[in-house]
Amino acid sequence: MRLLNRTAGRLSRHRRRPVAGLLVLLLGLFATGTFYAAFAPAQAETTASDAAQVEEGRELFLIGCAFCHGTNGEGVLTESGTQYGPALAGVGAAAVDFQVGTGRMPLVQPGQQAPRKPVIYSQDEIDALGAFVASLGPGPAVPEESEYSVEGLSAEEQEEAVVRGGEIFRTNCTACHNFDGAGGAMPRGGYAPSLKGVEPKYIYEALLTGPQSMPTFSNGNLTPEDKADVIAYLQESEEQPTYGGFGLGSMGPVAEGLFAWVVGIGGLVGFAIWIAAHSTRSLKQKGTTE
Amino acid sequence: MTPDDPKDPAGQHETVPGTSPGASPQGGVVPDSRGEFTPVRTDTPVADPGLPAHQWRPTDVDPKLEKRAERQVAGMFVAAQVFVVLFVVSYFVFDIGGDGDAILGLGASTVTLGLCLGIALLLIGVGIIQWARKLMGDHEISEMRHPARSSDEDRTATLEALRVGTEESGIARRPLIRNTLLGSVGLLGVPAVVLLRDLGPTPGEVATEQPYEGAGLANTVWADGMRVVRDVIGTPIRAADLEIGDLVNATAAALYETNEEGELVLEGTERLIANSKAPVIVVRMEPDEIEDVDGRENWTVDGIIAYSKICTHVGCPISLYERTTHHVLCPCHQSTFDLADGANVVFGPAARALPQLALAVDDEGYLVAQSDFDEPVGPSFWERG
Amino acid sequence: MKKNLRKVFPDHWSFMLGEIALWSFVVLLLTGVFLTLWYDPSMAETEYTGSYAPLRGIEMSQGMASTLHISFDVRGGLLMRQMHHWAAMLFIAAMMVHLLRVYFTGAFRKPRELNWVIGSLLLLLGTLEGFTGYSLPDDLLSGTGIRAADGFVKSIPVVGTYVSFFLFGGEFPGDSIIPRLYIIHVLLIPGILLGLIAAHMLLLVYHKHTQWPGPGRTEENVVGFPMLPVYAAKAGGFFFVVFGVTAIMGGLLTINPIWRYGPYDPTKVTAGSQPDWYMGWPDGALRIMPGIETELFGYTLSWNVLIPIIILPGLMFTILLMLPFIENWITGDKRDHHLLERPRDAPTRTALMVALMTFYGLMWAAGGNDIIAIRFDLSINQITYFMRAAVFIGPVIAFIIARRWCISLQRKDREDVLHGYETGIIMRSPEGGFSERHAPLPQESVYTLTSREDTKAYAALPATDANGVDAPNGRIDRVRAKLSQAWFAHDVAPATREELDEAHHHAEHAHELQGALDGRSADGHQYDGKHAVEGDHLRND
Repeated sequence: MRLLNRTAGRLSRHRRRPVAGLLVLLLGLFATGTFYAAFAPAQAETTASDAAQVEEGRELFLIGCAFCHGTNGEGVLTESGTQYGPALAGVGAAAVDFQVGTGRMPLVQPGQQAPRKPVIYSQDEIDALGAFVASLGPGPAVPEESEYSVEGLSAEEQEEAVVRGGEIFRTNCTACHNFDGAGGAMPRGGYAPSLKGVEPKYIYEALLTGPQSMPTFSNGNLTPEDKADVIAYLQESEEQPTYGGFGLGSMGPVAEGLFAWVVGIGGLVGFAIWIAAHSTRSLKQKGTTE
Repeated sequence: MTPDDPKDPAGQHETVPGTSPGASPQGGVVPDSRGEFTPVRTDTPVADPGLPAHQWRPTDVDPKLEKRAERQVAGMFVAAQVFVVLFVVSYFVFDIGGDGDAILGLGASTVTLGLCLGIALLLIGVGIIQWARKLMGDHEISEMRHPARSSDEDRTATLEALRVGTEESGIARRPLIRNTLLGSVGLLGVPAVVLLRDLGPTPGEVATEQPYEGAGLANTVWADGMRVVRDVIGTPIRAADLEIGDLVNATAAALYETNEEGELVLEGTERLIANSKAPVIVVRMEPDEIEDVDGRENWTVDGIIAYSKICTHVGCPISLYERTTHHVLCPCHQSTFDLADGANVVFGPAARALPQLALAVDDEGYLVAQSDFDEPVGPSFWERG
Repeated sequence: MKKNLRKVFPDHWSFMLGEIALWSFVVLLLTGVFLTLWYDPSMAETEYTGSYAPLRGIEMSQGMASTLHISFDVRGGLLMRQMHHWAAMLFIAAMMVHLLRVYFTGAFRKPRELNWVIGSLLLLLGTLEGFTGYSLPDDLLSGTGIRAADGFVKSIPVVGTYVSFFLFGGEFPGDSIIPRLYIIHVLLIPGILLGLIAAHMLLLVYHKHTQWPGPGRTEENVVGFPMLPVYAAKAGGFFFVVFGVTAIMGGLLTINPIWRYGPYDPTKVTAGSQPDWYMGWPDGALRIMPGIETELFGYTLSWNVLIPIIILPGLMFTILLMLPFIENWITGDKRDHHLLERPRDAPTRTALMVALMTFYGLMWAAGGNDIIAIRFDLSINQITYFMRAAVFIGPVIAFIIARRWCISLQRKDREDVLHGYETGIIMRSPEGGFSERHAPLPQESVYTLTSREDTKAYAALPATDANGVDAPNGRIDRVRAKLSQAWFAHDVAPATREELDEAHHHAEHAHELQGALDGRSADGHQYDGKHAVEGDHLRND
């Protein structure tokens, strides 16, 4: 793809750096390896604190989650055999961070959709829950910021990332989430939620873990760079001004039709009524006041 | 003549009603435009009271109000001029384009141009109308209609003329001439239709001549051994990389094949056509969740299954996949297909299951097609069978 | 000419609805010409290099690229594009509102049936014009629309695929559809529209405008303001108002943000893929139609597409076109009409259109079922099931309600004429009984309410003539008479002179009983608009 050089500031404000992400990842791996190999006492310490975190998570889990997901996260079946709460082994800490971090879990009541709600756990508690669920079976971990950010790329590369992210977004995401990420309807009362204002971390986690009915976009499906590009595109489109005026909720032609009728025809009929309305009349006869 | 002067210019064939308010209660008369008197319907239960007397407006009788209204209207026209100037100013002041100026998060140029132009036009419009409402003579006048129907003599005469004309032409007496004329004029429609023949090739021509790969309604670019690639990205998909619950929007590798110079092999219209028939949705589910369909037992790879992305209703691409139910929904008309059960229709207006693409893996572990689709993709058509 | 300059136009807000359509058409012409200066109707692929960064470097058609150019690199271009689109939506909406006004007031009756037909054709052509324009930017939404249209065409029995191949110059999408739609959009249909609009206006001038009945207004005259100056000023001013409202909408309300939709790609789609509102109702029909397909001797008949999008719109348009002739045939009324009827005074006519509107509205809602589902927390599936029944039951219920409503209003009119209107003043008689004082309607209102004629049903000709020979078309004639009777059944006749006298007499008697208030007006009601004020005064004046 050929790209023009641009120096405009608006685009680069919130850029993140996948190269740096890779670097941090490598560093992290290196550090972990070093820990295992060299610092046995330190290892014991980490394990101890990990175990404590898992234990804290287990306690939180027993109070807040076990009712639907079972005491060991094995899932609960209803009498008719359908899932009440799904099994959690293998969903990973990323799923917990997304579900609890966006307030979707715990659910108020079972239903077609787990709506986004105010978050009731602190980030530490969420991490503990995540550690416990991750201990049930291997699954995706909570991503580092470096994984889902394109900051650190050159302005030109960032621009390229946005263009590419847009293409990937329109291929894989708009079908459910709408061309502007405003959300859309799914069968039987379900819906794909709006992506506006959603933190990049949660978008990344959602792609990775497929919350509720959403399909997963695992790293073998869309590479981490692809996902970072999509997030870069979404960030960019939120920062853009709405060039054509108010966006009407980005709902497409239905909203436009509504405005044409209510504002357009409504307003013009109002004008017509005013034009044809009789103006005020006087009791006086012409010439009486002179 | 002041604007509020209601009097008609001399010579106008109109009457100002209300000059004789309270027309006689028994069958009132209204003077008509020719100065004659046409009796008004008298069989109404109540006699027509006639047009009510004209009532003056405050601006007609009070010169102060009149002056004020005049200033009001002129003020609007002046304000309109100001907005026109503002329009020109904002045309030159605000940058447009991808990094143009913004006001309150809205595109500055479009919004200011629209508002200035709109307000200027509205002020002119409202001003003119206000002028008419407040200051122009506002006497309702009455005008007589002429009957749309001709008088009876006229009609008889016309019909007679027509009859004579028809008679003299002999069109009724000479059916041979009449019928051949009608036939030849009617047949003139045929060239009009035939001329449109070259608008495009027929479906049969395209299918037999195969001017490009996968030409014809029954074919696509898919072929035995062709890799399944990620749409837009163009990379092949390793079967082992996909996890349960994954959805890949994919297409045929032919669309991303490049020559030595790195240029796409398939280009232009041919690429558009290939692209409109080739896309598939690839999903992975637990192998035991897939209901077997006769003859398609070997079409999946480890729970990875591929279906055409083109809806069988009217052809929208369809990929609104629900991981838990394996249902996929079309955003255009909400047809819902069950991918675990042969992509059969579970809801909505579509009548046919999505065509399935037989999958296999090649030596390197990448997903490939076993063959083209075994039925036409997309909406139904007459010859589809 | 001199006479035409002072031609009389009656003044009523509902007579200006057609003007909205006319002026938005003018706005469409002006903004449309502006757009053609840059738009390139070509499907040749090109790489976008304009100033909108998130699409830069993407392959797209020249059509899309030039539309992006208009939106981002021509100052005022986005405004003009949006104004053009809004004006198109207003144009068709205004035509429909105008059509409803003409129908509900009976203005389509002889001698104006031809103008009704022209108006209906304008609506049809306006819709086609809108659809062709919707397809030109070649963005994701319009491309999806064209693809669906390809599916519609292919469902036509026998010739479907041929029509599709001829339309697209080969297989979908080909490279011809945009240039072909373009020339249809900018030349063919606007040309026909212009001609038909001219004919529509000429007939309006020739017939002279209809008017509401009332004192001094008869079938033979037309009362209103002269063309010059008042009507010209009002109409001319209204042009600026329509233009201004369109400009403000174009400046403030985003419509079809193609840069978000991206270029058309047959593999991509967006949630909430909908046509513009005027195509919404057949789209709704498509959505709620069950998936029925028949295979016949090896050939496929797609009823699920054919019925809702090919047959139904054709049928609905034919019904619309035929409405004046259907009514005319049923009622047997062949006379010229220049005085309008209030909707309540033709209950069956009103109810018929209300039923059609209900059908349309339900189909329309079905076309937005996904948006309704997310906005109102409902299920697409439940909405669809509901609509499948509602489009049949709803119009029937609406017909019955509207008809009874009209008849009740007729009764109320009659009541007011005979017994006066309710003043809201409660009086107590010496015996202790309470009653509400009614005040007589002013003479003008009584005249207006009673001057309409008592409509009569068409009577069937005798089945046999004097010689015992069966009348030709006897059966059809009897059906017609039955329909006619049903058409006028339960209509309330306006009060006759005898009834008025009787009521007047009765009222005088009642007044004697209510002697205390005799000769006094009900306080405050001097100013309720139903009585002349002059000479009246409050009791404690």
